[in-house]
Amino acid sequence: MFALPWGVRRAACIGVAGVVAALGAFPALAQTTVTAVMHAPLRGLDPVINSQYIVRNYAYMVYDTLLARDAANKIRPQMAERWTVSLDGKSITFVLRDGLKWHDGTDVKAEDCVASIRRWSAMDTMGQVMNTLLEGMTVVDDKTFEMKFKEPTEIALTALSKPSGLAAFMMPKRLADTPVSEPIKEELGSGPFRLVMSDFKPGVQAVFEKFKDYVPRSEPASGMAGGKIVSVDRVKWVTMPDPMTAVNALLSKEIDLIEYVPYDLLSILEANPGVVVKESKLRGNQSIARLNFSQSPFDNKLLRQAALLAIDQKDQMQAQVGNPKYYKLCAAAFGCGGAYASDIGADKVIKGQPEKAAELLKQAKYDGAPVVILHATDVPAFAAMAPVVAQALRKAGFNVQMRSMDWQTVAVSRASRAPVTNGGWSIFCTINGLVDVGEPLGYNAASASGKSGYFGWPDVPAIEEARAKFARTKDPEELKTIATDLQRRILDEVLFIPLGEAYSVSAWRTDMAPPLDTPVAVFWNFTRTGK
Amino acid sequence: MAKYLFRRVLASVPVLFVVAFIVFALLRLSPGDPAMILAGDGATPAQLDAMRHSMGLDRGIIEQFVIWLSKVLRGDFGVSLITGLPMRDLVLDRLGPSFALCLSTITLAVVVAIPVGVVAAWRQGRALDRIIMSGSVMAFSVPVFIIGYVLILLLSRGLGWFPVQGYRPLSEGIGAFALHLTLPTLTMSAPFIAVISRIVRSSVIEVMGEDYIRTARSKGLSERGVLFKHALGNAAVPIATVVGLSIALLLGGAVVTESVFNIPGLGRLVLEAVLSRDFTAIQTLILLSSVTYVVINLAIDVLYSILDPRIRY
Repeated sequence: MFALPWGVRRAACIGVAGVVAALGAFPALAQTTVTAVMHAPLRGLDPVINSQYIVRNYAYMVYDTLLARDAANKIRPQMAERWTVSLDGKSITFVLRDGLKWHDGTDVKAEDCVASIRRWSAMDTMGQVMNTLLEGMTVVDDKTFEMKFKEPTEIALTALSKPSGLAAFMMPKRLADTPVSEPIKEELGSGPFRLVMSDFKPGVQAVFEKFKDYVPRSEPASGMAGGKIVSVDRVKWVTMPDPMTAVNALLSKEIDLIEYVPYDLLSILEANPGVVVKESKLRGNQSIARLNFSQSPFDNKLLRQAALLAIDQKDQMQAQVGNPKYYKLCAAAFGCGGAYASDIGADKVIKGQPEKAAELLKQAKYDGAPVVILHATDVPAFAAMAPVVAQALRKAGFNVQMRSMDWQTVAVSRASRAPVTNGGWSIFCTINGLVDVGEPLGYNAASASGKSGYFGWPDVPAIEEARAKFARTKDPEELKTIATDLQRRILDEVLFIPLGEAYSVSAWRTDMAPPLDTPVAVFWNFTRTGK
Repeated sequence: MAKYLFRRVLASVPVLFVVAFIVFALLRLSPGDPAMILAGDGATPAQLDAMRHSMGLDRGIIEQFVIWLSKVLRGDFGVSLITGLPMRDLVLDRLGPSFALCLSTITLAVVVAIPVGVVAAWRQGRALDRIIMSGSVMAFSVPVFIIGYVLILLLSRGLGWFPVQGYRPLSEGIGAFALHLTLPTLTMSAPFIAVISRIVRSSVIEVMGEDYIRTARSKGLSERGVLFKHALGNAAVPIATVVGLSIALLLGGAVVTESVFNIPGLGRLVLEAVLSRDFTAIQTLILLSSVTYVVINLAIDVLYSILDPRIRY
């Protein structure tokens, strides 16, 4: 038998032992970290009282939801194993799935979910509607709880599964019992990632690590539902106040992904073969101009209709986005491509008709009352909107005055119901995520409940009745009919002027697998490919 | 001197008090509501009122000011309205990067500007002087962010010598620390090199005509000795003034550089606090900034007497 000399065998043994040792050490050395620049800095940690999208994105990392919507917008169980609706339709019983644990290792219990729903529904618009119908919630056992309603409704399923606005994240009872006037300052969720508190620097960086005890669902990931399989060890969110710096950092391979790339910087990335640039319609935004119903001149319906006719969506989108690849002209009040999309009223919304608008001004005997537009200049997307609206209205014959300020001042100034001569306003422009726009009950710009409603305070009982009917309806076809009717009324009353839809554009290095195209940027089912 | 210092410190107390009150009042009178920013459009008026109450914003301005000031005097700067974290922790977290950047910038500025200014004065009116002065005008005139972008384009994206952005503390190694600080330091020091070198030049030119310079030369002292020992030493007072003012200006000037190079310093914290109407953060940061100005001014005054023994307080 052939035998190697002792020295060679010894050397071979040491070599093999070394390789084995190296392989054993490999998992510890080869931690996969993805570094991403998100659309905004993360400062707060309470997804119930903080409505910023970045806090919602953070919450999807560390918390989980009871229900979720799949890619077809269908309601799916997430933390829930199942739910059953009683025969009379007045009660829904949820059963939690096995293996759910909080990040401190304790079990997720039904009482946690009840407390979480209670806190969330006090702040969320759709949750508040749900509460008007809710009779009570009862914990049946550690894994089961029941929601009882005053009348047959499935609004709880819609509200608890909606992916945005304030999504209903579950948290331990200890945290969920915090009054809504006080923010939660710690993280203790049951989601696929843990926030590394020692590395969290508000406004600078947030580091997440894989929660090893997280048990993903067995179904494939779809939309915000399905198995959340984490394939990276750490995700690092870095804040870069200057978008140009983020672009340079991506090109220099210092970061892996930019969640939102400003449109004017896209050409730099598109020209680079090491970077993938991709638009997401799901994460797009609807731009709107909101009118003030409580003051002259837009307390006059004819003048609101004139304003609607005066504005040309293409002009708006050209100023805001530029490249037609990244926007869509759209009249749908609840978003194009969504479950309740409709083109009713498109003939008035898309193409500007200043002559017809001028005719309406004459018909309304417009006396030149000033139209004051609040112009936010510090946010690029907002900065481009108001001047184009102003020019279109001037062309139709309106007397327009612009008030330039930062967005936070707009946010406060729009709460004023005073006449325009006394600090009041007529129009402000804003953008809303399509993920929120697509919910007729949750979309605040679609409400018309007067003084208690969204800025602008339209008071149109017929719209509120239609929304109430929507809340009580289950049949998808009927829901669609109600939504179409709502759109007709919204455009007739001109609750807001749709200015078009802009897509969100992300960029990542080619050695990353494409992230899931979801309404909210997520980091599960996402890893490096090593290409 | 001790008496003088005591008097100066005492005199700065009302200055700080007035600054604190003006900032406090301006913030409360300017439009902006942290509760509304935090809660967003979905919050009901009752919820907003509850949040304002929990933030203490529903009290009168004077009452809020007295509460805040009494806490500050006890060393408690309060918590950030937006993050809910103690201001002390937030400031300490951001102090390191800002301090490192300011120190490296002023060091580079002084090390480069003083010899350059002296050489320009020595070659007054000649080609070298004109080149130096043209360069200083350019360095002072070009906005800092453009200098930053050009350096990133050439030295980071082009040659790959330095990272584009970020900050590494010294604890992560001197190499990473220096690499990440080089471009921001070069960027931020450019206008300060320009200003300081011009002041050095004019101060040195002024003293070059003095009798003691002629005496030094007649004694056979070398030109280098004349320039750096006699001329520069006697021109030190205005130079110390401009260096001191530069340190104070650095605090404000760091905002742009910190943004371009993504350095998590105090400048960025101020900007974030203003944009999010984080009243507690703005008050704390402006108060600290005022204290820094007062201390720097005091240090300059003390330095005068060291540089020029004829100055006595």
